[in-house]
Amino acid sequence: MLQTNLKHIESASDHQKILEENENVMICCGRMGPMCLPVYDIMEEFEPLYSHVKFYDMDFDIPDARVIRNAPECRGFMGLPFTVYYKNGKIVKATSSIQNEQQVRAILDSEFGNI
Amino acid sequence: MLQPETINKTNHYDAIIIGAGPAGLTAGIYLSRARARTLILNEGVVGGQMVLTHEIANYPGVEKTGGYQLSNIMKKQARSFGCEIRANIRISELHLEGDIKQVILSDGNAYTGNAVILAPGGRPRTMGADGESTFKGRGISYCATCDGDFFTGKEIVVVGGGNSALEEAVSLTKYVTKVTIVHQFDHFQAYQHAIDEAQSNPKIHFILNSTISAFHGSESLTSVDIQNLKTGEIREFKTDGAFIFIGYLPNTEFLAKIIELNEKGEIIVNGDMETSVRGVLAAGDCIAKRYRQVTTAIGDGTIAALSALNHLHQIKTRKSI
Repeated sequence: MLQTNLKHIESASDHQKILEENENVMICCGRMGPMCLPVYDIMEEFEPLYSHVKFYDMDFDIPDARVIRNAPECRGFMGLPFTVYYKNGKIVKATSSIQNEQQVRAILDSEFGNI
Repeated sequence: MLQPETINKTNHYDAIIIGAGPAGLTAGIYLSRARARTLILNEGVVGGQMVLTHEIANYPGVEKTGGYQLSNIMKKQARSFGCEIRANIRISELHLEGDIKQVILSDGNAYTGNAVILAPGGRPRTMGADGESTFKGRGISYCATCDGDFFTGKEIVVVGGGNSALEEAVSLTKYVTKVTIVHQFDHFQAYQHAIDEAQSNPKIHFILNSTISAFHGSESLTSVDIQNLKTGEIREFKTDGAFIFIGYLPNTEFLAKIIELNEKGEIIVNGDMETSVRGVLAAGDCIAKRYRQVTTAIGDGTIAALSALNHLHQIKTRKSI
């Protein structure tokens, strides 16, 4: 399990349930590595601000993380973390590797609406 | 210039530190332990470039540790002395003249302080070549530790000729079948032991006096254009990945016209880490200096904190006369 303050997705069924129950979801799938940590930090900062978005992380190395690793939108990704944005259960945006606060904010605002 | 009567006491600090890398955190530890009310403001992740280092083996007194672990301990240490830390902020205005300095954030919050320490650090330099942003995370990486295993059994290029480039090229040979180092000069800037290790590794090959002028691919990177800097000739080179280690840029754009910078954008300081503005110190990778290590940043941060304390003492003494 990742040592972050975010809520963790620990299985494919968790992942499925979260997507069914929530309209706007951001999931960062990574490790405790230098390119991933900044994204988790940004999500922790944004979590209280974007109350209409659910923020989760998922350990890249657990077998069930295939739901993200193998998503068609992540084809060609070769940099951690894989960050995926879902609206009504469908992927609307996915990014590979480190993103800064402005990049994450821009996606949240454009896909899920401003705070 | 701000006047004392305009201070909001809740948002006033003895010292404000901009940046939470090793220099900023060290300054925070020293100042808060000396009972100076201290605030650290940081635009990115706490720990700065240090968290990008997988393993630190030359930090005196610690046999081996990770950059993330070390930065976490420093953060806890600073907080344990009462230092406040705000991360992921964005600075919109900076007023550094006079005895009361002011930092205004993009969220509208404003903070004042009697001393400011600038420790915004640096960021990995990018090449600016065609296709670089398109293939970031799709074959182009700036972190061997993070992304090395995506390239298992593949052939890659590493760009750069310093310690990072050569050491990371060697570490990537755990995964890949072939590394080609592309470097703009005919010699390396790295230490001799790193050069020797790379040159003696059978998986590592070299293309010197050359640079990458473009990245190509569809879903992910498939080739690069390598330009010979002596002849100008450009040739396509098939590759599955490119790792770029070509140094760092100081994060000082927001200080232009406020503080004296050199032609590289680095902050000019004296031996006491004082900048061109009284009461404003600077430390770490953002200052004009030759060597950039965690340990040198810590030394800079210590000196800047002690100079800031001296400055605070001078203000207090002046007021009491």
